[in-house]
Amino acid sequence: MMRLVLATLFILTAGLTQADVAAVYDFDTREQEVRYQNLIAELRCPKCQNQNIADSNAPISQDMRNEVYEMMQAGASNEEIVDALVARFGEFVRYKPELDSRTFLLWATPAIAVFGGLLVVAGVVIRSRRVERQAAGLSAEERARAEQILKGQDGTSER
Amino acid sequence: MKRFLLFLPLLVALVLGVVLFAGIGKDPTKLESALIGKPVPEFTLADLHNPSATLDRSLFRGEVSLLNVWGTWCPSCRDEHDDLMWLANEEGINIIGLNYKDKRDDALVWLDRLGDPYRATIYDPKGTLGFDLGVYGAPETFVIDAEGVVRYRHVGVVNPEVWEKTLLPVIEEARGNS
Repeated sequence: MMRLVLATLFILTAGLTQADVAAVYDFDTREQEVRYQNLIAELRCPKCQNQNIADSNAPISQDMRNEVYEMMQAGASNEEIVDALVARFGEFVRYKPELDSRTFLLWATPAIAVFGGLLVVAGVVIRSRRVERQAAGLSAEERARAEQILKGQDGTSER
Repeated sequence: MKRFLLFLPLLVALVLGVVLFAGIGKDPTKLESALIGKPVPEFTLADLHNPSATLDRSLFRGEVSLLNVWGTWCPSCRDEHDDLMWLANEEGINIIGLNYKDKRDDALVWLDRLGDPYRATIYDPKGTLGFDLGVYGAPETFVIDAEGVVRYRHVGVVNPEVWEKTLLPVIEEARGNS
């Protein structure tokens, strides 16, 4: 009996998971639709901060998608559309921030880290070479003594 | 030289510490408005109390004002309403309301029941002015100077603490400069 009730409940509620359908937009061409999808995927929702406006169900995301669609229909370029939204909601809505003086570090950090790593590696290599060369450099006196030791004629030996 | 290298991890830790410490206590859900230093966007919308009258941005000229974005669907707006009443009646602050994505009848009942702290209320059922202002969650409160330029945006409720620590200093500065 319990099983039957549960099964009925599942069947009855299955539709709810798909009930929340966002507004659907019509496009003349497939390219336009792809362009729209790309645009809304790289714009960030200001309300639900770790979602793009394509994913988010917040009313503000709905409004932003609508604005993207309307501007596209009016013939605006991608840049114009993104700029129009940035002018309202701030640089925050870009998932790919523009390169300027404030975002320079953000973009440059990977390059700086790689460059720094290379410097450290180079430093380690150069230093170890220098140590090797110093170890190899024996004075004439030391060399003669070393040869004596190798021949087994070392006077200071305990044997 | 070698001894200096020993301190390198400490140095890195200190720099990271300073950077991360600067982020502590910042609420990432409160964004700075993109409109700061810019005039209020142009709009022509109906007056909430008088459907046949239209309001535009000349509303903000002549006096420093607060622009409060609210709706009857917004529980936090109910929360701050008493404090707005206090600001309007006791502190004599010029508050303009922006009734955002709401129904006129609901809004009028709300103001009737709770009191009306607004000198004028703009009726924006579709949220067009809200969108141009970058409103992403009511309540939001903007400080607008006497020239109609946005000086500050506060996201979240206005309460006596926010008023004293945040809004009042901005208003005083806006008054001083204009």
